[in-house]
Amino acid sequence: MLGTQRKERIDGLAESGGDTTAGVSLAASAWRRLRRSPTFLVGAGIICAFVLLALVSPILAQHDPALRLLEEQVSRADNEIPAPQPGFPLGGDQYGRPLLSRVLLGSQQTLLVALLATVIGLGGGLTLGILAGAFGGWVDTLVMRVVDVMLSVPSLLLAVSIGALFQQQSQFTVIIAVATVQIPIFGRLLRGTMLAQRASDHVLAARALGVRQRSIVFRHMLPNALGPVIVQATLMLAVAIIDAAALSFLGLGAADTSTPEWGQMLGSAQNFFDTHPHLAFWPAGCIIVVALGFTLVGESMRDALDPKKRR
Amino acid sequence: MLRYTVRRLGQLLIVTVVLSVLLFGWLRALPGGPVSALLGERATEESRARLVQQLGLDQPLYVQYWKFMQRAITGDFGVSTGVQPGTPAMEVFLQRMPATLELSVLALLLAVAVGIPLGYFAARRQGGWLDNLSITWSLIGVAVPVFFLAFLLKYVFAIEFGVLPASGRQAAGIDATHATGFFVLDGLLTTEWDAAWNALIHLLLPAIALSTIPFAVIFRLTRASVLDVVEEDYVRTARSKGLGAMVVRGRHILRNAMLPVVTTIGLQTGALLSGAVLTEQVFNIPGIGQALSLGFQRQDYAVLQVVILATAMVYVLVNLLVDLAYAAIDPRLRTR
Repeated sequence: MLGTQRKERIDGLAESGGDTTAGVSLAASAWRRLRRSPTFLVGAGIICAFVLLALVSPILAQHDPALRLLEEQVSRADNEIPAPQPGFPLGGDQYGRPLLSRVLLGSQQTLLVALLATVIGLGGGLTLGILAGAFGGWVDTLVMRVVDVMLSVPSLLLAVSIGALFQQQSQFTVIIAVATVQIPIFGRLLRGTMLAQRASDHVLAARALGVRQRSIVFRHMLPNALGPVIVQATLMLAVAIIDAAALSFLGLGAADTSTPEWGQMLGSAQNFFDTHPHLAFWPAGCIIVVALGFTLVGESMRDALDPKKRR
Repeated sequence: MLRYTVRRLGQLLIVTVVLSVLLFGWLRALPGGPVSALLGERATEESRARLVQQLGLDQPLYVQYWKFMQRAITGDFGVSTGVQPGTPAMEVFLQRMPATLELSVLALLLAVAVGIPLGYFAARRQGGWLDNLSITWSLIGVAVPVFFLAFLLKYVFAIEFGVLPASGRQAAGIDATHATGFFVLDGLLTTEWDAAWNALIHLLLPAIALSTIPFAVIFRLTRASVLDVVEEDYVRTARSKGLGAMVVRGRHILRNAMLPVVTTIGLQTGALLSGAVLTEQVFNIPGIGQALSLGFQRQDYAVLQVVILATAMVYVLVNLLVDLAYAAIDPRLRTR
């Protein structure tokens, strides 16, 4: 219908996990290679560090991130923003709120936004993909046409449009907008892997043995079709973090800034970038490193699952 | 080939119509609307009702859509209510389109000019320092938000060192003739070299920021593709025939490795358009990206409709052209 190339790329990903011929299971051999991959180790290390940070940040953050503790040092007229000082190692933000505490606690929200968006996107994509891949026929055609139209709008445009639908700007808006972009990608990917499973010997065997349709779909096809989807989900976590930041930058982020989130901190720092770049550098740095972590893990998982590289 | 083309064009038409229906319904589902945007919150009921009638918003949705389509076919997309009030939406789009196109084309050229050679050399010295450096660079490039990179470039090159302009399309003092709207091209056509040069250096920073993601994709694909092709039998055959290294490289390796790369370039238009929305904001370039974010803020249905529909069509059309090119190269695809 459109973009055969794009479809082929997604479908190509779908095929990459389809090899189950060797004696060792694909997952086991993939894991064996992952453990030795420096890319994976660095990426996993980064992710673990940030998850740990998110968990302990309430202990590390010494001040309430919503309180304007340094407000008397903020001056709009003189373009003054609180400098680092005892008790406030990074100084304050444009409202006099403690920057370090906000950066630390921001990890929770940012990881949560990315995770929720990806889970919702994955859920929507799974539903579409299972419908299309399990039933085939007109259901497949219908679902895939919907997916095609969604894919025909550049991703950020789609996210911005969905974000604009909501009356109130909130973190929830951002999550839904980012998730909507992911749905068609996951849907198409899963459809491909499911179709590959449908023709496989073990599904034919199950069908011949008279296993019920629902059981075939959920117990025989789906688990085997998930490999490339999990890889894609890991990569999508990185994309979700960056997309959420982009939406905040365009003014679609949460209006309530008392709960810190990196993308939103970065977005609101844009007015002060020329004079106080450090306001943007801290959240941006964190976003870049986390996104890099997820990308590294996703890429190394894709390599590990690639049957061509299997020995 | 002709049948394939006709079928694909038919599909393009269907996508456009479906998209226009969705877009139309969805824009009207947005809270607020052009009436509040135009009159403000404190307008009288009377003037509000008059404007609603004037804009035709009191009619049922399908009537509104039908009228919209009838006019849209003749290129009339209504009048802008928020971005440039009073100007026909189509004109707003046409005025701003060259700025975005100029930026995207330059960004794509940069990505291709750097990505393909780098991908080739990285693959030929797999595991070498150039290979590792470029892979690292492309991975980090994807992890950096486009708008932050734009900020960073602006901060370093425009504010700290002041070597390149920080915003806009051309310096204010330059008196240039604008025939096509593409400022660089205008300068070249009218032989106003200063104007062309000035427009080009204004484009440089935003284009570099915009090119990072296409660069990463093109670089990695070239690298992977060259690695694949090098192991092919025909390359070994060519070598053992005693062909010169240059011929093997150029005709056998590079040419075959380029096929998937060329087709991916088409795919990158979507990423470019998305990225342009952000870069234009940072560098204050009056392109369609800026029109979009303004359109959402000010609830400008007319401008949003024409911009989104046109962008999606460009995107679909580019993909169609890429597919056609691909079918022309690879005959197996035509029968599908």
